[in-house]
Amino acid sequence: VRVQLFVTCLVDLFTPGIGERTVSLLERLGCEVEFPAGQTCCGQPAHNSGARAAAGRVGEHWREVFAADVPVVAPFGSCVHHVRETLGAGNVHDLAGFIVDVLGHETVGGRWAGGPVAWHDECHLLRGTRTAAAARRLLGGVEGCEVVQTERADLCCGFGGTFSLKKGAVSAAMADEKIDRALAAGATAIVSTDPGCLLHLEARARRRGLELRALHLVDLLEPEGHL
Amino acid sequence: VSVTDNLHVAAGHWEAGRARAKATVDWEDWRERARAIRADAVARMPELIGELERTFRGTVHRAATDEDARRIVVELCAGARMVVKGKSMLSEEIELNGALSAAGIEPVETDLGEYLVQRRGERPSHILAPAVHLSARQAAQTLGLDSGDAGELVAHARALLREKFLAADVGITGVNIAVAKTGTLIIVESEGNIRLSCGLPKRHVAIMGLEKVVADWTGAAHLMQILPLAAHGRPAPTYASLVSAPDPGHDLHLVLVDNGRSGIRGSEVEEVLQCIRCGACLYACPVYRQVGGHAYEATYSGPIGAVFEHARTGERPDLPWMSSLCGACADACPVKIPLDRQLVQLRHARGAEGALWRTWARAWSTPRGYRATTRVGTRAMAPWLQRLLGWAGEREALEPARESFRERWEAKRGR
Repeated sequence: VRVQLFVTCLVDLFTPGIGERTVSLLERLGCEVEFPAGQTCCGQPAHNSGARAAAGRVGEHWREVFAADVPVVAPFGSCVHHVRETLGAGNVHDLAGFIVDVLGHETVGGRWAGGPVAWHDECHLLRGTRTAAAARRLLGGVEGCEVVQTERADLCCGFGGTFSLKKGAVSAAMADEKIDRALAAGATAIVSTDPGCLLHLEARARRRGLELRALHLVDLLEPEGHL
Repeated sequence: VSVTDNLHVAAGHWEAGRARAKATVDWEDWRERARAIRADAVARMPELIGELERTFRGTVHRAATDEDARRIVVELCAGARMVVKGKSMLSEEIELNGALSAAGIEPVETDLGEYLVQRRGERPSHILAPAVHLSARQAAQTLGLDSGDAGELVAHARALLREKFLAADVGITGVNIAVAKTGTLIIVESEGNIRLSCGLPKRHVAIMGLEKVVADWTGAAHLMQILPLAAHGRPAPTYASLVSAPDPGHDLHLVLVDNGRSGIRGSEVEEVLQCIRCGACLYACPVYRQVGGHAYEATYSGPIGAVFEHARTGERPDLPWMSSLCGACADACPVKIPLDRQLVQLRHARGAEGALWRTWARAWSTPRGYRATTRVGTRAMAPWLQRLLGWAGEREALEPARESFRERWEAKRGR
């Protein structure tokens, strides 16, 4: 299966490892991964900040870069939801949704020896693409990974893009609720599918001097165990 | 105890009730029917309001603005010494209590939560549960009681308010649903105080936002069921008062208030008028959960308030920013208002596009511009800049990757 990787700007610039592990996972599943070199961003930051024209211009570029007849896959549900909703792009998938719902895999293995983890539902996987169950299923297939039960895993962590800048204190309080629940349940890491949530949660935990990592699902799906 | 603690207790309680109740019906089907009923009513609002004016057997008054509404109600209360009130968010919106007091008329709130809030000189912090920001102990202290026992609190309030109902000259209430076809006002409640406010005083003045009208009883009956279900998971309202004509010896008035509602019809966010004020989006909202209703500094709080207040008044462009756009509000809404989308639409409508975003768009709509700006930009991501942008105030500063994904890809696989 040919696949176009939409790596997203945040992963490109801040967490390229998530992009690389996405590529190796897709290749392991037999995909032929292309990286359209002209890609930049989907325009969501501007869209959510009230700058419709700016978002439209960058969104238009997104459409020119990606071919419509080859599936686009991104390790970032929020961006996928945005291009579907706002640009009307159809053949775009979040990583977990693509693997489970399109390729038809129940599990892709993975190994984890980093201690118990807490799951955080990415809002746009849960209520946008509706593929949160697929992501949880993949997590369930990771060998050695204990997923602790936390209440209200569906609550937003407070990232919300520009929201995290404009309403910093509220955003941090929301992160704290998530972080405290994970720690209380004995987790050493929070796992999710949204690199934005992860940057936010980890930066907040570090500010509080807490030993809590924030990992992308794809980090746990490495066959030899990652990190 | 903090406001946030109190909210989490209440939200947990109500969420559980709601989840249980939703499981007893085909929730998605119920929502879709409720949405269709409300959307039809909003589309035909002027026609249905005209019909209601003809069918209602009390006196109807029209108020275009909050000022008109205050004047009409104060005139209807002329000569009264004291009025009892059923909880009404519209009354808060038009700031009726202040106008009544200024005219020498004492307004007494009879919903326990609203009464507490009135005694404390506060605003309601939730459209349904005005005093949800208080613990039981704080509520008791407000009434000068020592214990935090809910039963004692209620008994105390009951004795106190009973005297007021009997002595009041006028009863003022809101309206949940008005049935155009039969001219019936439906007012639902949990405490029985509205029933007494409608029935005991010689005059009943009902105030109603224009959008509360629906065509007929088929629609109204469904809304009467879904409202308590969405609000706190009860299958039916504890009390429902149906008011269509004055009792013998009493008189009855209906004040229809526009106050910006007509202007929302036909706009991008028209669907916000479908709201039945159940409060589900407030408890669902993770921002509301943290800050509580008072932080919005507006009559209506939470996601619905952020959209409705801004759309209605054209003021408070800050309100649509009280959201992380997580979408929990739209998911919880029993009439399927796309609140998260509307919050973005309002940011677009009022948000200054700004030179910064224009420059950003010019750069990021070409790969060359993207490369150039990110090369400079990521190097310039000094902690002080991240503090300035608002990131590193509450969090550690981010470190951009030394090599971007595309640089690594190109190094390994070529372009």
